[in-house]
Amino acid sequence: MAQVVVVTSGKGGVGKTTSSAAFATGLAQRGKKTVVIDFDVGLRNLDLIMGVERRVVFDIVNVISGEARLNQALIRDKRVDTLSILPASQTRDKDALTKEGVQKIIEELAKDFDYILCDSPAGIEKGALLALYFADQAIVVTNPEVSSVRDSDRILGVLQSRSKRAEEKREPVKEHLLVTRFDPARVERGEMLKLEDIQEILSIPLLGVIPESESVLKASNTGTPVIMDAESMAGQAYTDAVARFLGEEKPHRFIEAEKKGIFKRLFGGRAA
Amino acid sequence: MSWLDYFRGRRQEQPASATAAKERLQIVLAHERIGRTREDFLPKLQQELIAVVARYVAIDPGKVNVNLDRGGDMSTLAIEIELPAPAAMRVAANAR
Repeated sequence: MAQVVVVTSGKGGVGKTTSSAAFATGLAQRGKKTVVIDFDVGLRNLDLIMGVERRVVFDIVNVISGEARLNQALIRDKRVDTLSILPASQTRDKDALTKEGVQKIIEELAKDFDYILCDSPAGIEKGALLALYFADQAIVVTNPEVSSVRDSDRILGVLQSRSKRAEEKREPVKEHLLVTRFDPARVERGEMLKLEDIQEILSIPLLGVIPESESVLKASNTGTPVIMDAESMAGQAYTDAVARFLGEEKPHRFIEAEKKGIFKRLFGGRAA
Repeated sequence: MSWLDYFRGRRQEQPASATAAKERLQIVLAHERIGRTREDFLPKLQQELIAVVARYVAIDPGKVNVNLDRGGDMSTLAIEIELPAPAAMRVAANAR
């Protein structure tokens, strides 16, 4: 039975697309047949982060309007063969998405894939509501920062009241907290919300903590999901989070401030 | 922080702003979670209160102020209604 997983946050710029790309790639690397759908119609970016922007021919709106078949719009990843990407339209607006159209696409994808990841747009408008509507599980991406935590709380409320599962009064959407752009050194200095505080406020299980890392920008520059950078802390943190998502026990890493040696203390230094 | 910062006078400790962030979030979310299940009652409350006061005193609906301060332990709702001067009230009473 295919699992529909929404990657959402309410707030923009917290790392939804980065996390969607990393999770989709990570699940596919683990042998799961995975498709990741960009729901940000009009502002598509998943294609760039996944490095497939030059291979986009048709998109989700073409499929919904019957201008293309689903197979024609799906882009097979060249690095991981169990991974596919369904891009958003860049020219249309979010009204081009319909609940019936999305449902049809998800039902069809569910026949061929184990995981259907939905990369939600920011906000709580139509695109975001449709991205979460069919979800069985939700990855709520949150930065350790007041506006992001507040918006995550809001989106959790939406998940609990306006998802299909909520409307049909079935078992609720399974929620996971993914804290991104975490900086343990700043937490230690009392400048950033602690992990326990974010968890206490949102009170959903912690799936992973992705440290603030220069490798995320480098990865997006080249269109390589950061999880493929096995050297980087962010890449390793995503790999751990994927393993936890699949039910493995993994201790959280990169949540304590690095003890700086004398050299770094003198000359400064940034996380890789 | 590199050693140069010591000369730039960045040594003094700042109060931990993360604590303020947590407290502010807890308060605002406590209220927003209640509001999620109940519609905003303030506009209606204001209308009804003014209607009650207006039954006894001639008031100018433009001179009503409603202020809400949401705190952690206690919230206050302050409603300020400016009553007309005695002269104006007499005029209003005679007009009836």
